[in-house]
Amino acid sequence: MSIEFIYPEFEVIRDQSRCIGCRVCQRQCANEVHSYDDDLKILKSDESKCVNCQRCVSMCPTRALKIVKSDCTLRENANWQNNTIKEIYKQANSGGVLLSSMGNPNPLPVYWDRILINASQVTNPPIDPLREPMETRVFLGKKPDKIERGKDGKLKCNLSPQLELSMPVMFSAMSYGSISYNAHESLARAAKELGIFYNTGEGGLHEDFYCYGDNTIVQVASGRFGVHEDYLKAGKGIEIKMGQGAKPGIGGHLPGTKIVGDVSRTRMIPEGSDAISPAPHHDIYSIEDLRQLVFSLKEATEYKKPVIVKVAAVHNIAAIASGIARSGADIIAIDGFRGGTGAAPTRIRDNVGIPIELALASVDQRLRDEGIRNNVSLVVGGSIRSASDVVKAIALGADACYIATAAVLAMGCHLCRTCQSGKCNWGIATQRPDLVKRLNPEIGSKRLVNLMNAWRHEIKELMGGMGINSIEALKGNRLMLRGVGLNDRELKILGISHAGE
Amino acid sequence: MQLEGQVRIPSGCAIAAAISRDGKTMTGEKIMNAMKPMHDRSNGLGGGFAAYGIYPEYRDLYAFHFFFKDRASRKDCEVFLKEYFEIVKSEIIPTRKIPEITDEPIIWRYFVAPLKSMVSSAQVDENEFVARMVMRVNIEVSGAYLFSSGKNMGTFKAVGFPEDVGRFYRLDEYEGYSWTAHGRYPTNTPGWWGGAHPFTLLDYSIVHNGEISSYDANRRFIEMFGYKCTLQTDTEVITYIMDYLIRRQGLTMNEASSVIAAPFWSTIENKTDTEDKEKHIYLRTMFPNLLVTGPFSIVFGFRGGLMALNDRLKLRSMVVGEHDDMVYIASEEAAIRVMDNNVKNIWAPSGGEPVIVKVREGVNI
Ligand code: SF4
Ligand code: SF4
Repeated sequence: MSIEFIYPEFEVIRDQSRCIGCRVCQRQCANEVHSYDDDLKILKSDESKCVNCQRCVSMCPTRALKIVKSDCTLRENANWQNNTIKEIYKQANSGGVLLSSMGNPNPLPVYWDRILINASQVTNPPIDPLREPMETRVFLGKKPDKIERGKDGKLKCNLSPQLELSMPVMFSAMSYGSISYNAHESLARAAKELGIFYNTGEGGLHEDFYCYGDNTIVQVASGRFGVHEDYLKAGKGIEIKMGQGAKPGIGGHLPGTKIVGDVSRTRMIPEGSDAISPAPHHDIYSIEDLRQLVFSLKEATEYKKPVIVKVAAVHNIAAIASGIARSGADIIAIDGFRGGTGAAPTRIRDNVGIPIELALASVDQRLRDEGIRNNVSLVVGGSIRSASDVVKAIALGADACYIATAAVLAMGCHLCRTCQSGKCNWGIATQRPDLVKRLNPEIGSKRLVNLMNAWRHEIKELMGGMGINSIEALKGNRLMLRGVGLNDRELKILGISHAGE
Repeated sequence: MQLEGQVRIPSGCAIAAAISRDGKTMTGEKIMNAMKPMHDRSNGLGGGFAAYGIYPEYRDLYAFHFFFKDRASRKDCEVFLKEYFEIVKSEIIPTRKIPEITDEPIIWRYFVAPLKSMVSSAQVDENEFVARMVMRVNIEVSGAYLFSSGKNMGTFKAVGFPEDVGRFYRLDEYEGYSWTAHGRYPTNTPGWWGGAHPFTLLDYSIVHNGEISSYDANRRFIEMFGYKCTLQTDTEVITYIMDYLIRRQGLTMNEASSVIAAPFWSTIENKTDTEDKEKHIYLRTMFPNLLVTGPFSIVFGFRGGLMALNDRLKLRSMVVGEHDDMVYIASEEAAIRVMDNNVKNIWAPSGGEPVIVKVREGVNI
């Protein structure tokens, strides 16, 4: 070995007394960790290639395998931690920018976990969702300032187009290209069955999926891949992607190796060429430019589609959101710094942006202070992990949540965080046909539907406990939240009291 | 200990109301008696009444009822008022000394007309101007609390049992065509008169029994439109919601109740009358943040009428009874029977279904 050597992160433990030599692991591993020794008639492993995606572990018929964290470590040092040192080695070896995928894994505060939810006792009855109706339907979009009446005195429907959701959760943007055809199909089918929306991401919409248009949000990002009139009209809403929580301030880069066949056609770029989304939209250098794009898209779709503007949660988010709320946009989507990604520079993913909880609280309050909260709906994402995160987000003031990591987990992702390699063993973040077919859209969509149904039940239970029987009455209801272990400044930003107060 | 307004205090309650559809007046005696059989629904920490038609000689003036901490705060307040209003009459509100009611503040009333120049420079109508001034007085003038601001109507409230509060204010000497009453059971002892109910703004008054679970969602929404919830009570926020929906948005009473006690989506979907269905879909989509959940029964008083409404699950008791021109509403039937032993047609309106009673057209109220 040499100065370039970095000891593998994981060890592959094979219980030889259990292994029957079926070679499933070998066939399943796109990273080629497992190999068969014809002479010795045993399986061997090259753990240096292992990403701990758990595919072999899950597929081994005899439970002969486990992957453990290697205990070969450098000398302990609280300042120069193992990871930090290894990253320096990697960069000294390659001279390159470090790449990562999925969300920020570092132990920064998760505010959701420091917020607790209320329940009714004595003065007000809890409601049992099994006996009483419990409503989770929401409408996203601008609400007019005043009602209008016709000549006959009857109320006129003066609402601009709204997105109707059966529950306040949607599948967030993941482009076709960064994830597979089968993953997209799973999301689209599940969204349709659930009465919610999935989001095409920035890679266009495969022609096979136009039939899910009523449950689709089409995205327009800085690369404008796959954007044309039919595409804009295909969905129920249009999202302008200004930024992403995992990598605020930079664009995207889908390597040419993933731009094959249908992906290239859908994106409308040549096969094998890298798909590079610039950091800014080159027609949006300021808020007034955003307004023009919002209205161009509305114009192109005859004012029939609400427009979402998606931004990353950054320091100045409240002022930015206030600008967007006046730009003609109908919905603002804010993506927190823990949001996932198919690939991002590690330093940016781990150090740029702010937690969604704080961003949401300050945006909601700012829009109310300015009296324009009704101009827009707020959708938040960036690591919404459970039904209780959803409930907390709604109580802080969100209209709905975006989930992506939770959705890919439901489809089989094991969060190995190497999506950028394109060799996802679970058939999600890959375009290799042999891998893609591992994700059966029938099963993928079923599992997404299961997950959302489970969350819906939990949301109802939590609401019932608070004596609330409709999600509208939870929105912005911060009195239902208390902080634990938060300082005064944090509580002030979140607009909640401390537990015990 | 924190005063009401600095802290939110849940409470249970008793409510009662009586109105003559012919606009015939009655003294406060009747409604005071109604509260007696419901004594145990209050705990002596708040009682109050709203009375309509009691100031016919000042029919066109706003009647402002105030609590003042001391003489100085009253003087400060008068300086403030005089900048914006012509004070036509100013007097102490007469009370009766009784052992049950103690620690009273200075209780004063003014009959005022807003200065035309002030109204026009604010570029709003007179009611909006007065509503804004009510908010301002209560925030800006320390030691003053303006708790009644309608025309030809007034609120009377105190810390005590409602029947004692009525005697204290000598309500047997007032004559009105419509009365509402409230007895309070707060789960805390704020001991502040302002916290008692009814809560009023302009001609609108609310008495309410319940604890709403949507409180903060409603409060944070309504505060966008210039309302300030200084008391943190359900009654206050519901009053502002009604004012916003009816006076500012121009909804009818029925439409407003379809907002705050909206039918379930499943009920709306099953409606066969498409016009009605579309109306409800519109109202729920337009005003989702004003849906009120959790138990409540309210009586909403306005010039010339009353509206009774329960939460959509009917988690609080409320009954209505009729006899000739009279309509009675109360938390318990017993209270109605005390007001009128020969009452006919007693029924319990179902959840979310408003009962609206109006004085006949043509009666001068
Ligand atoms: S899958 Fe399991 S049993 Fe089969 S070869 Fe691999 S380790 Fe052995
Ligand atoms: S999508 Fe695939 S590659 Fe990405 S983290 Fe999940 S399992 Fe790993």
